[in-house]
Amino acid sequence: MSEIPGDLKFLKSHEWARAEDDGLVRVGISDHAQGQLGDLVYVELPEVGSAVKAGAGAAVVESVKAASDIYSPVSGEVVAVNELLNDKPETINEDAFGEGWIFLVRPSDRAELDELLDANDYEELVENEDH
Amino acid sequence: MTEKTVLNATHRALGARMVDFGGWDMPINYGSQIEEHHAVRRDAGMFDVSHMTVVDLHGARTREFLRHLLANNIDKLKAHGKALYSCMLDERGGVIDDLIAYYLGEEFFRLVVNAATRAKDLAWIERQAKAFDVQVKERPEFAMIAVQGPHARGKVLGLLHEVDRPRIEKLGKFAAAAAQGPHGMPLFVARTGYTGEDGFEIIVPAEHAVALWEALAAAGVKPAGLGARDTLRLEAGMNLYGQDMDESVSPWEANLGWTIALDAGRDFIGRAALEAQKAAGVPRVMVGLVLDEKGVLRHGQKVLTANGEGEILSGSFAPTLDKAVAFARIPAGEPGAIRVDIRGREVPVRLVKYPFVRDGKPCEGI
Repeated sequence: MSEIPGDLKFLKSHEWARAEDDGLVRVGISDHAQGQLGDLVYVELPEVGSAVKAGAGAAVVESVKAASDIYSPVSGEVVAVNELLNDKPETINEDAFGEGWIFLVRPSDRAELDELLDANDYEELVENEDH
Repeated sequence: MTEKTVLNATHRALGARMVDFGGWDMPINYGSQIEEHHAVRRDAGMFDVSHMTVVDLHGARTREFLRHLLANNIDKLKAHGKALYSCMLDERGGVIDDLIAYYLGEEFFRLVVNAATRAKDLAWIERQAKAFDVQVKERPEFAMIAVQGPHARGKVLGLLHEVDRPRIEKLGKFAAAAAQGPHGMPLFVARTGYTGEDGFEIIVPAEHAVALWEALAAAGVKPAGLGARDTLRLEAGMNLYGQDMDESVSPWEANLGWTIALDAGRDFIGRAALEAQKAAGVPRVMVGLVLDEKGVLRHGQKVLTANGEGEILSGSFAPTLDKAVAFARIPAGEPGAIRVDIRGREVPVRLVKYPFVRDGKPCEGI
């Protein structure tokens, strides 16, 4: 498994959030999550301009095996989605923490970021899950 | 308690992702299910199917017993080694299991039944066998490896004792024979499978299974998990017990009419119910669906037709086709424009004749 970048925050349900320099929050799923799901074949992206709520479903990823809801780590407005995933959903398998990001949010309450797990807490969660 | 096949440590050493499958700890993939799927379609892959149950039947009246037990007619098997696919039905015509029967001698037939149905199958077979004085013997000391793909037979043949090669090379489809494998290990080689590709299913004594697996790997056969096995069999139009049919479904409703032999005078279990259902009109049919839009058809999704609602049985992304396909059970009659409810959205799908894939290629109209 690839190393978990230290600047990411996590939901227990394996979504990551990265606070960008411009104040926006980028969202994806962890490398651990893509490994559990297996080969991804379809991503249902949110609409640009739509509102998302922290802890509520915002996107869906489908692997050969199953469909999984992706929860938004923060509330706000979707300002961009990763269109690359329409043609290459497997990008999430290949680079979950980078090129495989899913959507970008303008957060309405940045304090929500503080409620997320940090990289160390998340790593611990994943290790416990594996045992 | 989860059961393990003799190849369990081999799968784990290969980095397989393991899942519970009908009470067995089995590999779902070894990294990429899609790559394993393509390996079988294009070259050769192998599956550990040792969880499946081998049951040997012995006795002077074994053939007569199978005439009664199976909905297909065992008398189609005229030559030693020939195999028959059949349903085993209850009195109401519901499917207890689907299986393969091998004719190994006038007083000796072998059945291979599903893993998840093992206990109820054995109980049913033993109960029915009493009246025919047939001995029912499970063979847990066997492992089974399915080697499938356009190059599968060639790679297996290369591992056999040279005396056996010409005979196994000539083995017809749905036929089996004994042969010697690496280091002289005794194999039961059947030209059968569950992928829509040519290949063999090999029954091997458990103590030789790891050596056979390693010899196959060295010959270039790729390990493939149950995930790939599922997408391969779906593309090939083959039913999965428990998902596509069970006791609540008759073979007419599971597209298995071709396996029902209504020959004169043969009184098999479930026959009266099947004939009554056919006379009254079969209420539901099983059909193939293709989704041309993005998205994935899944087990349990609602299917909307002009005659009412149906349900997706097996549904998945199909790697050979790069889109989703499914089996669905819908009300009989002209269905009109069919839609599937995917998370509250009604998505149009196409009704097609399946198999979806044959000999590695998409079928016409898919």
